[in-house]
Amino acid sequence: MLAPGPSTRRRRISTITWRILTYVALLLIMGPAAWLLISVLAHAAPHWQWSVLWTKLTPTGGGLRDQILGTLILMLGVFLIAGTIGVLAGIHLAELARPHKRSGKASGGFLRTSSDILAGFPSIVLGYVGYTALVVGLHWGFSLLAALIILSIMVIPYIAKTTENSLRQVPTGYREGAEALGMSMGYGLRKVVLKSALPGIVTGLLLALAIACGETAPLIYTAGFAPTLPHSLTQAQFPYLTYVVYSYYNAPETQYHYLAFDAALILVVIVLLLLVASRIVVARTQRHAESARGSVRRRRPRPARPEPDLTLPRR
Amino acid sequence: MTTVGGVAGSIPATPQADSVGKPPLPRRVASFFRRHEERAWRGSAWVAVVLPLAALVFAVTVLAVKAWPAIRVNGWYFLYGRTWTYGNGYGAVVHTDGVAHPQGAQFGALAILWGTLASSLIAIVIALPLSIGAAFALTERLPTWISRPLGFAVEILAGIPSVVIGLWGILTFGPWLAKHVYPIIADNAPNVPVLRYFRNPVGSGEGLLSAGIVLALMIVPIITSTTRDLFQQVPPLPKEGGSALGMTDWEVANKITLPWVRSGIIGATVLGLGRALGETIAVAMIGGAALRIPVNIYQPFTTVAATILTQLDGALTDGTGFAVATLAELALVLAVISVGVNLVARVIIRRTGRIGAPVGGA
Repeated sequence: MLAPGPSTRRRRISTITWRILTYVALLLIMGPAAWLLISVLAHAAPHWQWSVLWTKLTPTGGGLRDQILGTLILMLGVFLIAGTIGVLAGIHLAELARPHKRSGKASGGFLRTSSDILAGFPSIVLGYVGYTALVVGLHWGFSLLAALIILSIMVIPYIAKTTENSLRQVPTGYREGAEALGMSMGYGLRKVVLKSALPGIVTGLLLALAIACGETAPLIYTAGFAPTLPHSLTQAQFPYLTYVVYSYYNAPETQYHYLAFDAALILVVIVLLLLVASRIVVARTQRHAESARGSVRRRRPRPARPEPDLTLPRR
Repeated sequence: MTTVGGVAGSIPATPQADSVGKPPLPRRVASFFRRHEERAWRGSAWVAVVLPLAALVFAVTVLAVKAWPAIRVNGWYFLYGRTWTYGNGYGAVVHTDGVAHPQGAQFGALAILWGTLASSLIAIVIALPLSIGAAFALTERLPTWISRPLGFAVEILAGIPSVVIGLWGILTFGPWLAKHVYPIIADNAPNVPVLRYFRNPVGSGEGLLSAGIVLALMIVPIITSTTRDLFQQVPPLPKEGGSALGMTDWEVANKITLPWVRSGIIGATVLGLGRALGETIAVAMIGGAALRIPVNIYQPFTTVAATILTQLDGALTDGTGFAVATLAELALVLAVISVGVNLVARVIIRRTGRIGAPVGGA
């Protein structure tokens, strides 16, 4: 056997250091993440009262009923507006504007780029645009409608991207099969292609909703804030949870501090529910895909996961 | 033409007595929809896909129009000036180039721009190595039963609302850093040009470094999950070949895996940078919102996004509307920076992606 020389020792040290550093990196990410969740819980739990969920916000404290409802209404509105537009845009990018070559001139290339740029647009800038154009320019005032439009514009690119990615993972054979069976393009799209891409689309929608319910900055500029739900789409400020966290945590009264922590906890719970739901959707479809393939469960090659939002290096 | 069979795509109809002649109304409606379905799909999808572009053009136009008076009056001073003052709100209104603004109003955004770039750079410097290391641990080292839940934890971190992260940062994390971590750095930082910036006083935890660290925590999920996906797409054969030739883990990672996905990581990093540049609420809470260049890395500062958020109320008191126009100019600058960063990311990815597999000294 060879005696380890200086070079071998150096290589061994470097590889052990590398292994340790990767674990340390993981720990440095997971530690604060866990601390964050525990801290939110620890701040909210001691004073938690379930009545927060169904009492109104009053000048002396009260609950967060209308703020929770407001956040849910915003999510529903974003789901309807951005969901429809985003999914349609994704269908266009993946199915209708199919590029002729992979690296050649894609007909949807320009539109895709503009959608990607919009995805990277700072939310506060969109909020300012909403404030200038909708709140002031169209005289809507701080309102639900302005907030919905700006939030929708914010998440449409995201939904379009995830829809496009999951449509691209539908095998071409499905489309050809649908066509060979004499289905019209629209019918085939609806019954075959969209159906098999649905889990990915739903996942994207859920994650977009998670983004929408956690936004603060653009909402301050478009929705304002109100203690109770208004009765009109425009001319009335709108309540939502994130503002409570942002502005109540350093309010002079302690009961407002508790409300801020409660709101933070509720937000985290909503986001967790959305993420778990998206996980369940993914897990179910993976099981279905496997049973369709008839492969043994333990020898699956690698879970199919959506591509990252980047052009990947190709072999 | 009388329809006896079905329309293409439906079940072939068996000839029936009542199908001769005009089909019943429900079927006519259904066939109308079926015939026009493709056109409906194409039309609505086209409208939907043009909307983001329209929104983008609309946003930039609104900002440019709104900011135009401020751009004309502030001029280049906006980019290098250090004084940011609304002027005398009760004093005389002055006209410069036909634009009304309060006397003494002066808007130099150097400190704001500086704070934006500095905090984002700190975030990237911290987040990039952590993300790559964590992605390696998740894909190459840990077994699936433990890396899956941890991957989900990273997703949760990505989904936590930034205002909640800001709350934790200002109440728990920032004070903890100022008490336990910063003194160690500050006491040991030597008095040499760059490291001088790390010296005392450490402050209360509201400031540039705290905001940078929290921003790093917010962009870590972006870079980690992208990098993890990229690592999983590196084919196993080159890695196994490297191991078979006697390369250590570190050498396989450094010479095979990382070069293979380099462009993707750069792209993800630049996208994370874009997120850090535009992050508003957490920075507004943790940064301390001070409109000056901090004297050391622990002191309060502000960013473009945080300034737009926190200064609106103040700007609205300016009766001439000039302060609001200046905020629009800030927003426009931020938009230009983030669009530029985004495009650079895309160019990098496209260029390095075309070279192909960089293994073997390519």
